[in-house]
Amino acid sequence: MSEERFDAIVIGAGPAGIACAYKLAQEGREVLVIERADQPGAKNLTGGRFYTYALEMVAEGLTAEAELERKVSHEQIMIISGPRAVCVEYIDPSFVSGEVPQSYTILRASFDRWFASKAEEMGAMIVGGIKVDDLIEKNGRIVGVIAGEDEMYADVVIAADGVNSLIARKAGLRGEIASQSVGIGVKEVIELPPEVIEQRFNLATGEGVARMILGCTEGIHGGGFLYTNRDSISLGAVFMPEEVAAHRHSVHEIFQHLKMHPAIYPLIEGGTTVEYGGHLVSEDGYDGILKRPYREGLLVVGDAAGFVINTGSSIRGIDLAILSGLAAAEALLATSNPALAGSEYMKALERLQVLPTMKTVRGYRDLLNIERLYGPYPDFAADVMQGMYRVDGKVPPKMKKIITTALKQNKLSLWNLIKDGLKGVRSA
Amino acid sequence: MTIDIVSAPELLSNNKFNVDEENAHIAINVEICRNCADKPCLYVCPAVLYRLDKNGDLSFDYAGCLECGTCRVMCQQKGIVKWQYPRGGFGISYRFG
Repeated sequence: MSEERFDAIVIGAGPAGIACAYKLAQEGREVLVIERADQPGAKNLTGGRFYTYALEMVAEGLTAEAELERKVSHEQIMIISGPRAVCVEYIDPSFVSGEVPQSYTILRASFDRWFASKAEEMGAMIVGGIKVDDLIEKNGRIVGVIAGEDEMYADVVIAADGVNSLIARKAGLRGEIASQSVGIGVKEVIELPPEVIEQRFNLATGEGVARMILGCTEGIHGGGFLYTNRDSISLGAVFMPEEVAAHRHSVHEIFQHLKMHPAIYPLIEGGTTVEYGGHLVSEDGYDGILKRPYREGLLVVGDAAGFVINTGSSIRGIDLAILSGLAAAEALLATSNPALAGSEYMKALERLQVLPTMKTVRGYRDLLNIERLYGPYPDFAADVMQGMYRVDGKVPPKMKKIITTALKQNKLSLWNLIKDGLKGVRSA
Repeated sequence: MTIDIVSAPELLSNNKFNVDEENAHIAINVEICRNCADKPCLYVCPAVLYRLDKNGDLSFDYAGCLECGTCRVMCQQKGIVKWQYPRGGFGISYRFG
């Protein structure tokens, strides 16, 4: 049995763990990062998109070096109703101009591996292919980890082990995950030549699309997404598993039909599926953050602590993971007293705007819990559009008639619209 | 693989797995599962690894597991008697992610 001692042991080489290790190593601390995958990133899955400001907070100029896909110039929302689709597109050159574009599409295997290599350059030690089985506790304080036959000791352990965080559970900081608190995300990566992607999506070289898709989940709380990578498209969908179970229709099957939708298929036609993934995502926003993401000798960061935002139009996890990792590092650099690290961590989460940001968008969860969003409203939108665009030689209905008919057809009332509209304005 | 509606096993064949032949990281108790009326695992597992055999009993194949944890969250009757991540270096290995 070997026994080693470090200033800090980080469990998980995702963005949260690596950001923390990077900062600590930069300040001369002895840091060990333990990753259960052979390579950092090989267990990780995103939609996805990454907001670059977080990487610039780790070190200015880091984004320019990062393994990223396409800078997002086109923000899109697609509403699907049967074979029909309503699209809203927002193109903003300011999002991609300047030295650091606002966001990039991203694939995690390459990004996480690159990010881990930067932490290694700072002096962090990263070992892959080892799973941490348990924590070592002494007099109520976490003092190390157990991996197989090995025990490793440190002044502090950082749990960055992702959404399921079995480590935070072992530490007694979280209970079982409630089935309505998470979404199950599935994704296919579909290869296509870069020029085909640019042509189909009307993109300049290196630019990309981030698209949210509503109405593609058979009425289940959730939605689809499409991101253009350099030479592939990430197409996927997220579903509330509880509603999937009640619906008795598998997530795999619902998602497969999205691929064949007349408004989606032409975008991926001729492509080759090269990977199929699945991952949980926390849906509770601010209310899903661990009440106490720390105890003596242990800090919990990233997905493990619940730092995810979903506003419907943007989903943020990787940036918040990095910020929380930085907050943990700042806390540990600010105090050498392990009993005080937790409160320093909370202060740093405030200072780095993680908690204030999440608190501000707290109401989006209520907004997204409006069940009419996932069936009746997409159908209503498409019906209104059909009324506006259909020309068949008959006397066309007036707009008021189009709307009242569409409401009636979808079992909606003006009262629903007003009530949900107000909810939207209040919570957003 | 060209774009079409594809079965889960066919989709999973695109992925890189290093299956731990000696050790199943997830185990179910068929007796408990027999008494579970809802069987949410049949629908929520993205890899569709929970299936009913010809006797109507639940079967599970851990080899194509994506390690997402959805079955653990959804299992109400505790028929999943063991849920761990695979041993270090085993299981799914995303090449894209």
